[in-house]
Amino acid sequence: MSGFDQGRGSDLLDVYERARFEQLVLPHLDAAFNLARWLLRRREDSEDVTQEAMLRAYRFFRGFHGGDARAWLLQIVRNTCYTWLEKNRPVELMSEFDEELHPQPSVSPESLAIAGDNRERLGRALETLPPRFREVLVLRELEGCSYKEIATITASPIGTVMSALARARQRLQRALTQPPVEEARREL
Amino acid sequence: MSCDYTQTALHGYLDGELDASRSEEFERHLEGCRECAKALETEESLRSILQRSGLCESAPHSLRKKIRAELDAATSVPIAQRIPLWRWAAVAASMVLVAAISWYAWPGSGSGTRNPAAPPFTAAELIDAHIRSLQPGHLTDVASTDQHTVKPWFNGKLDFAPPVKDFAEDGFPLVGGRLDVLGGQNVAVLIYARRKHFINVFVLPTKEPDTPIHPPGLRQGYQWLHWRHQGMEYCAVSDVSVADLHELAQLIYQ
Repeated sequence: MSGFDQGRGSDLLDVYERARFEQLVLPHLDAAFNLARWLLRRREDSEDVTQEAMLRAYRFFRGFHGGDARAWLLQIVRNTCYTWLEKNRPVELMSEFDEELHPQPSVSPESLAIAGDNRERLGRALETLPPRFREVLVLRELEGCSYKEIATITASPIGTVMSALARARQRLQRALTQPPVEEARREL
Repeated sequence: MSCDYTQTALHGYLDGELDASRSEEFERHLEGCRECAKALETEESLRSILQRSGLCESAPHSLRKKIRAELDAATSVPIAQRIPLWRWAAVAASMVLVAAISWYAWPGSGSGTRNPAAPPFTAAELIDAHIRSLQPGHLTDVASTDQHTVKPWFNGKLDFAPPVKDFAEDGFPLVGGRLDVLGGQNVAVLIYARRKHFINVFVLPTKEPDTPIHPPGLRQGYQWLHWRHQGMEYCAVSDVSVADLHELAQLIYQ
């Protein structure tokens, strides 16, 4: 991306940066909103936080020198979400993360398919997971991010991404196939 | 008893993140380990549930408008004087339209059953393949000097011969070709450039009748067009504008 040098005046540079932002970053607004929506769970909060994150991204944009614009943006969105959660709903961040992975009574693909057939139920099950499990599932399965991208976005090593995904998937299977009573209790 | 692989390599394998040798090692293991075979089936089922779920939510139009207004305020010069506002408005409108259409056009993104007009792979697989190709060194297996270097390169590598044409004169130079796997099938990929952007055109044989170029789909900021013509299935994916993508699709379709 050349053609503009710093000496041409900040006005032109501003217009150029804005156009570049439109081209590289704004196309990922849906992904940004989707991540915020699943991290914060409430639409209104997600809209506010996405808006804040986009503005932050715009302010930091001069520091972005190419590469994966989506991962760069989602990293900012994620940080903005966690800052918001720390301030407004700190309890949610205290949910257990280091739970040992126990061999579970295996879930059959059939029972999973039946349980997962209902979008509402699937959404609720996903929401019962701690944010750090929820985010890897959303990034991998809904946004199609690679491990490398998830590692960038969540600022963790690739090995951690893989084990978080393993745990998240197991937790989601359990949440989906456990008795509805239990599910209802967890929701409260 | 829990097999060590179930918690680790299995997920890397499922996500296509193991290198060739580890992937082979896992496949050998899979032949003898019932637990892993069953776990893999369950994980695949969970994946397809999630990908068909429609849980992916798009940013509301009102939010998009608010952000644009904030960006205008944060840009120090009056942008409207330099770049006509209608251009951005047009881009925004087309994104919303495309997003709206894509929910209907792609199977599984809504709640319906599989649509026979849809390609034999999912939008996620398609976008994954596109993104993977943009990583350093992944774009082309053979670089193009012209169509005559790319076409023969596919000979003997696939059981079909993809039509290869260069559209440099129309502003879409052929950059090269590549082999890829989509939905478990070997496909030919032709890479075209549009200014500084790349367009991947995935080509595979089909027995289905011809279709026109379907309405565009949008996911993660990338758009795609799908159509069938003369026994071939085409999917063109890129981050270029829908108009540009459509122009290339029409050139190929002719």
